[in-house]
Amino acid sequence: MADNFMGYQRKDGSVGVRNHIAIIPSVFCSAKVAERIAFQVPGSVYFRHPVGCSQVGEDLEVTAKTLIAIGKNPNFAGVVVVGLGCERFSPYELAEGIAPSNKMLETVVIQTEGDSLAAIQKGSKIAREMQQIASRQIREKVPASELMIGLNCGGSDMTSGLIANPALGYASDKLVAQGGTSILSEITELIGTEDILARRAVNDQVAAEIRETIFRTEEKLRRQTQNSSNKERTHLISTGNYAGGLSSVVEKSLGSMKKSGNASFNGVIKYGHQPDKKGLFLLDSPGHDGEVSTGQVAAGAQMILFPTGRGTPTGFPGIPVIKITGNPNTYIKMKENIDINAGQVLTENKSLEQMGEEIYQEILDVASGRLVKSEVLGHDEQFCVTRLP
Amino acid sequence: MDLNISNKKTALVIDSFDNVAVALTDLKQGEECIIRFNNREEEVTVFEDIPFGHKFAILDIDKDESVLKYGEEIGRMMVPVKKGSYIHNHNMYCERGMK
Repeated sequence: MADNFMGYQRKDGSVGVRNHIAIIPSVFCSAKVAERIAFQVPGSVYFRHPVGCSQVGEDLEVTAKTLIAIGKNPNFAGVVVVGLGCERFSPYELAEGIAPSNKMLETVVIQTEGDSLAAIQKGSKIAREMQQIASRQIREKVPASELMIGLNCGGSDMTSGLIANPALGYASDKLVAQGGTSILSEITELIGTEDILARRAVNDQVAAEIRETIFRTEEKLRRQTQNSSNKERTHLISTGNYAGGLSSVVEKSLGSMKKSGNASFNGVIKYGHQPDKKGLFLLDSPGHDGEVSTGQVAAGAQMILFPTGRGTPTGFPGIPVIKITGNPNTYIKMKENIDINAGQVLTENKSLEQMGEEIYQEILDVASGRLVKSEVLGHDEQFCVTRLP
Repeated sequence: MDLNISNKKTALVIDSFDNVAVALTDLKQGEECIIRFNNREEEVTVFEDIPFGHKFAILDIDKDESVLKYGEEIGRMMVPVKKGSYIHNHNMYCERGMK
C-alpha cells in the first residue's frame, strides 16, 4: 500500500515539505544584508556562508553548484539572491541556475542598489511579497515516493551504531521500498566498510565507484594528516567518540553504515549534484555534519534524519532535521533538542523494528508539516558548503 | 554516566562472531555481568571498570589478534587480554584512518 503525506507541489514537479522564502547570498560580502532581509520577513530563511569569491577551479564549481541547488530545493517557494556586485560567483549566475525550477526569484545587488541599507530595503520588500504569495499555497496529498531524506549523524557514541542507526536503517529501507529516495554520506565515516557496501551495489560499476570513493577519501586524509605535529589531530574520530566508547574509525564506520539499512545502492553522486533516479544513493562528502547536510539538501533532500548519541542541537535553514538518540540518558538531558528517544530499545525493551516504524511515521508526519524541535528553536548551524583543496 | 539505564548489569554481543561485548550499564571491577547473545545469555566477571557503551573481551584475545564487533574487525590487540578485560584505544590499535 502506498503511503502519503501532505506536501507543496512545485512547478518543476518536485514536492516541498516546507514553504519558506530563501535569502541566498552569492558571496560572503552580502551575508549580513541577506540576514537582515530574513529578519525583516519572518518565515524566510537565510544562508550565511564564507565563500563565493577568491576561489578557482573545481572549488568554485562546487560552491556554485551547491548554492544553485540549495535555491532549487523544493522546500523553498521563492528565492531572493543577494549579491555584492564584483564577486567571482556572480549573483546573476546563481539566479540563472535556480531559474529552471520556475519558482519566485529575484536578485538584489548591493553595488547596484547603492548601499547595504538600500539593498536590505529592496530585498525585504521582495521577500515580503513572495511570502504573501506563498502563504496562499495549500498542502496536497502526495505519495511518500516524492520524499528524499538525508542520513547524517553527529556526536556519535556506542548507542548510535547499536540502536539509533539500525532503527533509522529500517525507516530508510521502508521509504526506499515506497519508491522514495535516501542518501548516505559521510565517506570519512565509512572507511573500512567498502567491501560490505560494495556488496550492496546494484551493479559492478556502482560497486567500483563505492570502493573508489572511499579509498580516495582515505588517501586524501592520509596526505593531510601525515605531517601533523599534533598527534591527536591525526585521528579520524573525535575525543567525544573515544569517550563514548568507540576505539577506531572502523568501529565507528560499521555503526555509521547501519543508517542505510539493507537496500541496494543505485549509485554514487558528487557533491552539488542530484540523483537521476529514486532509491538509495551514496553522496561523496566528508564527515563534517554541516557539509553532509548541505550536500544532501543540494541533492534535493527535503529532510535530514540525524542520530546523535551524545546529543547535538543543530538544525538547517528551512529543512527539518529529525534528531534521534539511542542513548536514553542523552534524551533525558537534551529532550528540548532531541525528537525521538530510540533509547527505548534499552529501557522499554522495544525492538529496533518498532523504533524504525516510529521513525518512519515521524518522517511522514514532519513531511506533512509538524515542526521538529530544531525548527521551533531556530537552529540553523548545519548550512556549510564543502571546500576543495 | 551516572544513570544506569537498567538495574541488571548487562552487556550486549552484537554479532555471533564477536569477541567483545558492549556494556549496557556502567560496570565495576569484579562485578558479575550478564552478556546477551542473540539467543542465549552467559555470565562474565569484568576485571576492570567498564563505562556504559564501552567494550570488554568475552574470550581471551592474543596480541595482534582481531577484535571483532558487528562480525567485522574493528582493530587488533597491542597486548594479549583475558576474558573480562576492558578493550579501548589504550590496548587496541587500528591503522585505518590513523596515518
